[in-house]
Amino acid sequence: MIVSELHLMTPELSLLGFALVVILLDLFIKQKKVLAGVSIAGLIVSAGFTLAMWGAPTIDIFYAMLAVDRFALFFKFLLLAAAGLIILASQDYVSKFERFQGEYYALVLISAVGMMLLTAAADLISIYVALELSGISLYVLASFLKDQKSTEAGLKYLLLGAVASAVLLYGMALVFGLTGKTCLLCIADVVETMPIAGLLDNPALLLGIILLAAGFGFKIACVPFQMWVPDVYEGAPTPITAYLSVASKAAGFAVIVRVFFVALGAPSWLSIDWGILFAILSAITMTLGNVVAIVQTNIKRMLGYSSIAQAGYLMVGLATVGVAVGADALGRSGLLFFLMSYAVTNLGAFIAVIAISNKIDSDLIGDYTGMGKRAPLLAVALTLCLVSLIGLPPTAGLIAKIYIFNAAVHHGLLWLVIVAVINSCISAYYYLRVVKVMWLGAPVSEEKVPSSWALRASLSLCCLGVLLLGVIPGSFVGMAEAAVRIFGS
Amino acid sequence: MFDIVFWILAAVTVGAALAVVFLRDVFRAALCLVFLFFTIAGIYITLHADFLAVVQVLIYVGAISILIIVAIMLTREVWRGSPSGRLRIPALVVGLLLLGMLMFTAMSTKWHISDVPPQEPTTTAIGAGLFGDGGFLLPVEIAAVLLLAAVLGAIVLIREK
Repeated sequence: MIVSELHLMTPELSLLGFALVVILLDLFIKQKKVLAGVSIAGLIVSAGFTLAMWGAPTIDIFYAMLAVDRFALFFKFLLLAAAGLIILASQDYVSKFERFQGEYYALVLISAVGMMLLTAAADLISIYVALELSGISLYVLASFLKDQKSTEAGLKYLLLGAVASAVLLYGMALVFGLTGKTCLLCIADVVETMPIAGLLDNPALLLGIILLAAGFGFKIACVPFQMWVPDVYEGAPTPITAYLSVASKAAGFAVIVRVFFVALGAPSWLSIDWGILFAILSAITMTLGNVVAIVQTNIKRMLGYSSIAQAGYLMVGLATVGVAVGADALGRSGLLFFLMSYAVTNLGAFIAVIAISNKIDSDLIGDYTGMGKRAPLLAVALTLCLVSLIGLPPTAGLIAKIYIFNAAVHHGLLWLVIVAVINSCISAYYYLRVVKVMWLGAPVSEEKVPSSWALRASLSLCCLGVLLLGVIPGSFVGMAEAAVRIFGS
Repeated sequence: MFDIVFWILAAVTVGAALAVVFLRDVFRAALCLVFLFFTIAGIYITLHADFLAVVQVLIYVGAISILIIVAIMLTREVWRGSPSGRLRIPALVVGLLLLGMLMFTAMSTKWHISDVPPQEPTTTAIGAGLFGDGGFLLPVEIAAVLLLAAVLGAIVLIREK
């Protein structure tokens, strides 16, 4: 073991240490709020280590198992921020399970560690183990409430997740069988020099790519691997739903970009082939997500389908990365910027839903009527996030969409962008329906909807993010571009 | 010699797998699954993977099968067997398609065949591969954290409501 490389893992190690401290403190401390504080402190310490490493040169550590580069650091920072907001937003929710708050926070932190490792993993083996680490923690968190719906959510997530893992392993086995290597750069070396002219000449590579895409597709919930989303999102505790829809999805996109771009990015026909594969999946994903979202009456299910649609937009970025054949970084940084804006927007929407639903004890859109009068600030925040999800000014969603679609048009994916724009119009219908119900409907009761300071703090952070990314996107774009520059393009 | 042993084992494995799927009685299906695990261990031995074969017997035949059987014993109304689903025909079609695709892939690809003779025993090589220089030490450590998460999860899930 190379001990001197351990300091490059400080973000993960410190967070893991804090997770263990949370479990141990849970035994002694009566005041459970302290545990949330310790968890947040752990996330801040880890974020500090991540920031400190931003300028460091790119290297592979532990025999090329993990890559320490800006791409990974960018995602680590995003994941830490998401986990922090989730823990803040869980404050009102955790009172439902008094005795197991320590385990709840610890599992959130451990799954964050798993996802951070996943975004940095540069070897098929470490990718798989990190994926399972984040997966196992999330299965448990999804069924944390132990009521009927939550248990169903956890079981469905576990079973489908296990199938997805098996499919992914089969894909990895095929790639390994063909190349004899597990590290991504070594695979790239072998694939680049293969004496074949197309995927059809090499069914093992074709099947390997399809199975890898299917296995990771489960993580980002693209069609046809989206079946678990509505049930799991509805049944899981709402903070965990938000966590799944943002952090888990971001980590999934990070690992897809790394595997496909690094290991399968050359020769150029191969890159274009998987670019087209993602383009087709992207078109189907966003259309299905948006069309089915229209008929939903439960806001968690609606946001579930909306997150499927958003995954479709994000995959426009993936397709661009493939079709552009690594020539320029615009497509990839568009993907990163979209993920950033999607993270703050979707978290904001879910946190507002947590605040409202927890008090009115219902997830039905119909029960949100008149919320503009009962809880004006929450309604304003939710409206802002929904507007950003549509992609209207002055929010992050608009800039993100322009950015990602512009890159796609640049690389000849005009048809896909047209599909995406039509889809954005469809999505306006169901997002604005919620806005209409909140502001124009008559309130059921005059009772106010109070919320804790932690919820309000996390919600205002998200709204601030939505506005900042929308009004002054320049510096964030610079960050996203710096993050992808490491892939020697 | 190995060829004959392999084909016998392969035929028995496929037969046992089919029995697992087609038997109505869940308990008999479970026993067939245990048998299936055994024959897979046999295939590992023909491939000179002695350590893997032992692990297969210890974990799958030893632990997992007990788990399955205990789970069946704790299940109510188990005598009704597995209900027949409406998706039987589509599942069959998809399954056959997948089988055809995988077989076509396995047959038509030119796999690299290593000319290095198999190692005996494999345990030293596996140990060096996991913990030695250039090895998979980090995934082993991550797996340790994974087990911690699994234990935490088990504690949370078996609690009284």
